[in-house]
Amino acid sequence: MRKMDVDVAVIGGGPAGLAAALAARRGGAAKVLIIERNHELGGILQQCIHHGFGLHRFKAELTGPEYAQRFINEVRETDIDVLLETMVLEVSNQRTIYAVNSREGMLEISAKAIVLAMGCRERTRGALRIPGRRPAGIFSAGTAQRYINIDGYIPGKKAVILGSGDIGLIMARRLTLEGAKVEAVVEILPYAAGLARNVVQCLEDFGIPLILQSTVIEVHGDERLEAVTIAQVDEQWKPIPGTERTIECDTLLLSVGLIPENELSNGAGVQLDPITNGPKVDDTMMTSIPGIFACGNVLHVHDLVDNVSKEAERAGSFAAQYALQQLPAAARRVKVTAGENIRYVVPHEVSLDIPVEFFMRVQKPQEDVVLDVGGLRSVKEQFVKPSEMLNITLTPEVLSQLSGDTLTVRIVSPKEAGRQ
Amino acid sequence: MEREAKTKKRVQVAIVGGGIVGTLTARELARYELDVLLLEKEAEVGWGTTKANSGIVHAGIHEEPGTLKAKYCFPGNQMYPKLCEELDVSFRQNGILVVALSEEEMDTVRMYYQRGLKRGVPVRLLTREEVLAQEPNLNPEVVGAVFAPEGGAVMPFELAAAAMENAVANGVQLMVDSPVINAWAEGEQKYLETPTHVIEADVVINAAGLFADDIARMFGDDSFSILPRKGEEYLFDAQLEGMVHSTLFPVPRSKTSKGILVIPTADGNLMIGPTSDDMPVKDDIGTTAEAFERIFSESRRMVPGLDPRKIITQFAGVRAASDRGDFVIEFSPKVPGLLHLAGIESPGLTAAPAIAADVPKMLQEYGLNLVPKSGFEPRREKVVRFRLLSREEQDELIRQNPAYGRMVCRCETVTEAEIVDAIKRGARTLDGVKFRTRAGAGRCQSGFCQPVIMSILSRELGIPMEQVSKRGAGTEQVNFKAKELLGKGVC
Amino acid sequence: MIKHITCTVCPLSCEITLEIGENNEIISLTGNRCNRGKVYATKEHTAPERTLTTTVRVRGGVHPLLPVRTDQPIPKGKLKEAMLATAQLEVEAPVKMGTVIVENFLDLGVNLVASRDLERG
Repeated sequence: MRKMDVDVAVIGGGPAGLAAALAARRGGAAKVLIIERNHELGGILQQCIHHGFGLHRFKAELTGPEYAQRFINEVRETDIDVLLETMVLEVSNQRTIYAVNSREGMLEISAKAIVLAMGCRERTRGALRIPGRRPAGIFSAGTAQRYINIDGYIPGKKAVILGSGDIGLIMARRLTLEGAKVEAVVEILPYAAGLARNVVQCLEDFGIPLILQSTVIEVHGDERLEAVTIAQVDEQWKPIPGTERTIECDTLLLSVGLIPENELSNGAGVQLDPITNGPKVDDTMMTSIPGIFACGNVLHVHDLVDNVSKEAERAGSFAAQYALQQLPAAARRVKVTAGENIRYVVPHEVSLDIPVEFFMRVQKPQEDVVLDVGGLRSVKEQFVKPSEMLNITLTPEVLSQLSGDTLTVRIVSPKEAGRQ
Repeated sequence: MEREAKTKKRVQVAIVGGGIVGTLTARELARYELDVLLLEKEAEVGWGTTKANSGIVHAGIHEEPGTLKAKYCFPGNQMYPKLCEELDVSFRQNGILVVALSEEEMDTVRMYYQRGLKRGVPVRLLTREEVLAQEPNLNPEVVGAVFAPEGGAVMPFELAAAAMENAVANGVQLMVDSPVINAWAEGEQKYLETPTHVIEADVVINAAGLFADDIARMFGDDSFSILPRKGEEYLFDAQLEGMVHSTLFPVPRSKTSKGILVIPTADGNLMIGPTSDDMPVKDDIGTTAEAFERIFSESRRMVPGLDPRKIITQFAGVRAASDRGDFVIEFSPKVPGLLHLAGIESPGLTAAPAIAADVPKMLQEYGLNLVPKSGFEPRREKVVRFRLLSREEQDELIRQNPAYGRMVCRCETVTEAEIVDAIKRGARTLDGVKFRTRAGAGRCQSGFCQPVIMSILSRELGIPMEQVSKRGAGTEQVNFKAKELLGKGVC
Repeated sequence: MIKHITCTVCPLSCEITLEIGENNEIISLTGNRCNRGKVYATKEHTAPERTLTTTVRVRGGVHPLLPVRTDQPIPKGKLKEAMLATAQLEVEAPVKMGTVIVENFLDLGVNLVASRDLERG
């Protein structure tokens, strides 16, 4: 068994892992290692060949591979070690990593700090419990994206897409451009979950119908998928009898949500947030286990890769400080809680000593509201919806005004905000 | 193809159907100097009722006295540990519990206990405290239970595939993709026609499961009918392993069903089901929202903490129940030398080894001369399960074969070497790989690994990606190469 | 004629209403919350443009496809023609990000460029 000692080990070579590793190296960690299971760096961005990435960070509309390539090139200019085609099997709470690859066999890596950056996976048909038979031709949108953009295969020529998140919309355009027919995008919500721009450029441009407040209630076909039955849903998302209609198709793509991949975090004993399905972290992005940090989609599912990079840099630089034993212990710890119309907030705990960028999602759409952080800072929001993450940064000066030991983030009406 | 143009083949024994009964029977017959052929209509064996059931090795206390089910269930149970050891198949003797949630139900529980004692089945009567100590997640309103420690769980598909592999290694011939489309008798001889072959056999063993009555009718025998009865099952994430230890049975409320169970499978996933619904057709394996509601509310009566959000997949299977309410294990009254092993519904999986073990005797009584084969090897070559090995063993294995260092299925920790081995042992499809190795059976349901498994199948079988299928012809996953649709599509 | 355009410049997604005259000229434009919306809607009405992102076949690469993009938006109506053209292309690995695959693509004054490095496989 090959043994290695490193300062910071980063698990995952996608956008989060790349940014975390670079920040850790810049932060003074001498030996930084990226462990990636794929044969190349870049993670899921390599199959996201559409543009629209990096608007905040690079002030340019990059494609996924372009965004990744910029970070990969930066990593190549450093002495950061990269292990490709290497699968981490276990992370211990003592920061030992067991990983395998075909060249070196089992690796035992002792790390002074670890950054979890494994990303997320897609929700499946099974998790949704879509009734019906089990024909071929049902894919999660990301799997189809890989077949089409990386491996070079088109699943079928007549598709229905369930879910109008950005991946679903992007895949509608991608299939259409490649010569398949997308019969409809079906969305259970009363509005499109993805960006308006994607609704325009991926659906309207090609005349693809977006069917709202509806879902797939049955799939048909013994061998290959032959059709799906869709129906309108009520407020409780229950299908309304009498509204069923059947759409012929040979392919069904599911774009119905992403779930952080926390099997390794679980194994290490990291405490998870039942809402995000990712670890609970403090303002240094450290999990409940000292020296283990988390960032990117393994922590909570992001909409914008720019935010992933920013969050990961934070995790990477604090991981470096931890590895160098320069991370000061917090004098005071304050719990962050989700108040009115807030589904979750990351981080879960803050020390008030350092600037913190809070990321949060709302529970339901609202217009003309105010995002309020513990009465310390508030910003007006013209429109909030669950599919768009909110963020706000508070400085230590502002944070230190907090009295009490919890900080509640809320969405309030402008009137209410004015009263404070 | 015209019948005349088809390849003729003569064997002593032809088995129709590669389910658990057919494959175990093939293996039993491989112990003798016999010319045996098994015909399977699907691309691989074990894909009918065998693949889609609860995987429970019953203890032998549920069956009504005097039935063939009672006759074969407990002896079958007793054969499991050795059988699974020889064939290297996952088997867990985790015991079964029949749980009473009221004093009234306790009467049935006591009846099972007495029945067990009478049959020699190891059983214990447990008080409320004892059963809660054993299963802390059980409904605290439990009154008591009967515990049969020798009940267990097996992966039925794995067992069928292993039995077939072992049978083939011992000389049995297997023809897949070979549905019997016609069958007849001429004098003593019986004939089976497939799309490509006409098989002549001295003895035909009808182990065609759901279609056993169709096979019998082809021969002009309508002595029994198969009444399909569907069961839906819902499988949880492996995270829930340990929440329940033994298979939990409620006290049954109908004659045809043992009720909705909570089942720790041999692989460690928790499963709930099955429903028991009479079907007008044999091939409806669809799942329904209505059945889910039923299964969920019933199973939560026993284990209130079950969380529907942890369900990763669901499936349905159809039981091949006979119109007699019991197994049909007998020679055809119409056609000499046509042996029916039919109507094998629950506890059919448990009974199958005992039924199979009886077949040589029955063939001997029919007049076949059975001479034991000297070189019969009861053991299947061991299967490497990378995830179950120690770190040192894993390291050593990668040194011997680097393909063990290439992880394909992240969720279930399955390596490329294991998938290649499964293909060498007969897997030809995504489902065949999944059921043999667990690759793709985990929480992401093959979202990440399917393209990789497809490319391994394509490489190893020497077929293009567009021909790699989920479970045989017609179930190919990707139909076109990139750019192929451009120009003819709607772009 | 009345025409509705959803502004895609920022997440506010203003619903902009255009009144169009007989000669396709814009008579009025309402619903935008800023000037960028006006510019966008005018462009979207008179000459809508899109950036094309797709793939081309590659020989000898670690993947069979290379992601490519137009370095400037092209007329929306040209997307189909552009896809048919890219389907005919094949490049040889290795390729560097930014490499021009086709110069002056379809005579549109834009280049088709590689979206990533692709090593030989």
